[in-house]
Amino acid sequence: MTSVAQNIKGENLSAEKGSSLWADAYIRLKKNKLAMLGGIVVILILILCFIVAPILAASGMNANEQDLTNRFAGVGEKGVLGTDQLGRDLFMRVLEGGQISLLVAIMATCMTVTIGVIYGGIAGYVGGTLGNTMMRIVDGLLAMPFLIIVILFREIITPYIDTLAKFLIDDWGWNDNTVLRFANLIPLTIAIAGFGWLSMGRIVRSAAASLSKQEFVEAARSLGISHRRILFRHILPNMLGPIIIYATLTIPSFILYEATLSYIGLGIEPPNSSWGKLIQEGANYLETNLTVLAVPAVMFSLTLFAFNFLGDGLRDALDPKASKD
Amino acid sequence: MLKTIFSRVTQTIVVVFLLVTFVFFAVRAIPGNPFASEKALAPEEQAALERQYGLDKPISIQYFKYWKNILTEGDFGYSLAMKGRKVSTIISESFPVSLTLGVLSLILGMGLGIPLGILAALFHNRWQDYAAMVIAMAGICIVAFVLGPIFQLSIARPLSVLNVAGWSRPADIILPAITLCFGVAAYLARLTRGGMLDVLSQDYIRTARAKGVPTLQIITKHALKPALMPAVTFLGPAFAGIITGSFVVENIFLVPGMGKHFVLGITSNDYNLVLGLVLFYGILMGIANLLSDLALIFMDPKLRKS
Repeated sequence: MTSVAQNIKGENLSAEKGSSLWADAYIRLKKNKLAMLGGIVVILILILCFIVAPILAASGMNANEQDLTNRFAGVGEKGVLGTDQLGRDLFMRVLEGGQISLLVAIMATCMTVTIGVIYGGIAGYVGGTLGNTMMRIVDGLLAMPFLIIVILFREIITPYIDTLAKFLIDDWGWNDNTVLRFANLIPLTIAIAGFGWLSMGRIVRSAAASLSKQEFVEAARSLGISHRRILFRHILPNMLGPIIIYATLTIPSFILYEATLSYIGLGIEPPNSSWGKLIQEGANYLETNLTVLAVPAVMFSLTLFAFNFLGDGLRDALDPKASKD
Repeated sequence: MLKTIFSRVTQTIVVVFLLVTFVFFAVRAIPGNPFASEKALAPEEQAALERQYGLDKPISIQYFKYWKNILTEGDFGYSLAMKGRKVSTIISESFPVSLTLGVLSLILGMGLGIPLGILAALFHNRWQDYAAMVIAMAGICIVAFVLGPIFQLSIARPLSVLNVAGWSRPADIILPAITLCFGVAAYLARLTRGGMLDVLSQDYIRTARAKGVPTLQIITKHALKPALMPAVTFLGPAFAGIITGSFVVENIFLVPGMGKHFVLGITSNDYNLVLGLVLFYGILMGIANLLSDLALIFMDPKLRKS
């Protein structure tokens, strides 16, 4: 293992200068070309979808404006990437679709991390019968057919979210377009997160269980520190590695679930659109025009690649023992 | 071994029970009712239909009756949305289709993924390894609903032998099977590579190398069996998942499999159909897991002894 001191050659560093886990991990990550490339692509896609797209939208480019005289315009003929079956700007549509896809995946991942850390942390730290029962419940839920349960769950919660949205618009005077568009994403996000946190819970539990047996936790306990403080100040920071790795790998799988559900018509609904929806629309016009399918499909696959390579790279960097190098 | 079978069977019973119970109440919590899809029904007709299917009774009675019919007569009941059709008929018609497709794509996936994983492990950290892992990542990231249309356009169009979609000729199985196999192959390649790297770093492999056993023989005789264990563990649930049908692939290639019934059952509030399918899926999952447990016992002498 190389330390920071050795790597920064020629500098006047004393031998005692230690290197933190994170600094070491960063050095290992930098060596992994694919992971770095993945990280750069992830950042670029995030910038495109969340910074460039709103700026373009503010400057007058509209993803939903139809132009029936310019249907299926080729790349460069109209707009950056041409137009779709209704003459809408394909570039803007892919960026706005990406916003939705990424938003759902990132929101669901945040929920997953929150639930998984609390549930798994408690199960691992407390252990014993309670911890075991909590994990048996997770095992039972994991045996369920994931997509079917997500569809079921989404159908159940949709009316509640609709009622809530109506309440916000009528009684609180919120902007109805924004609320309705956003409310459309919530049932799907909750449904995915509601069953997506299980693996995170398991990973956190095993990390918490092994940490809570270590001496520093015992020391903290003998000093009379409260359980909550031990859990959040001493155990949680030490679990950040696996949590970050798993969260990075969760985002692409959630993007995939969202796309699959939107593709079969049970995810995002108009006027929203996501990569899955765009791919499904594109597949219908496959023979007339390939770009309508190719553009969202390439963006979607590229994003999955980037997140997966970054996640794998982070695992190798943060958890060298688990990686096979 | 008996202990393994026993614990798997009990576990399956518990999981199936919980699954059915959960889904039983969950499908009834979905807004709408199974008869709403037809032309506006008069309240009397609606009530008559509900009485006919026993939906007018309290939910707890319905629940016990459902179990009673299944346990005493093996009766899954009638589909609510597809009038006059038994759930068992729907399953027995669509399952063989999904099973054939699933088994073929699983075989293709194993034939593609396992050699790729072994290759990657043998050339660890060299270009062959990176190439194999990028291919495997492509199998995960380029998903069925992107791959399917590409195949339709680039393979089925130019070749008049293959239909773009449909399920009327034996050759119609080729494209959906290829589309489905890549995901399986990708996971298998990654798991096989991991397992192989683990085994290859062990002392007995070094001993074998030291006494001059050829590499091919080391792989086939000494390393392969233990190296495949993670892949076999994955294959159990993957098998159950893939033979119960993939809605997306069935949808793209118009395959009359089971996947669509799962989705349509939920969207049309067809309680009996969804429950029947979930029950069937749960049992299949149990069997698949049991088979993978038994395969592991067969492969690992340590497990056999305990």
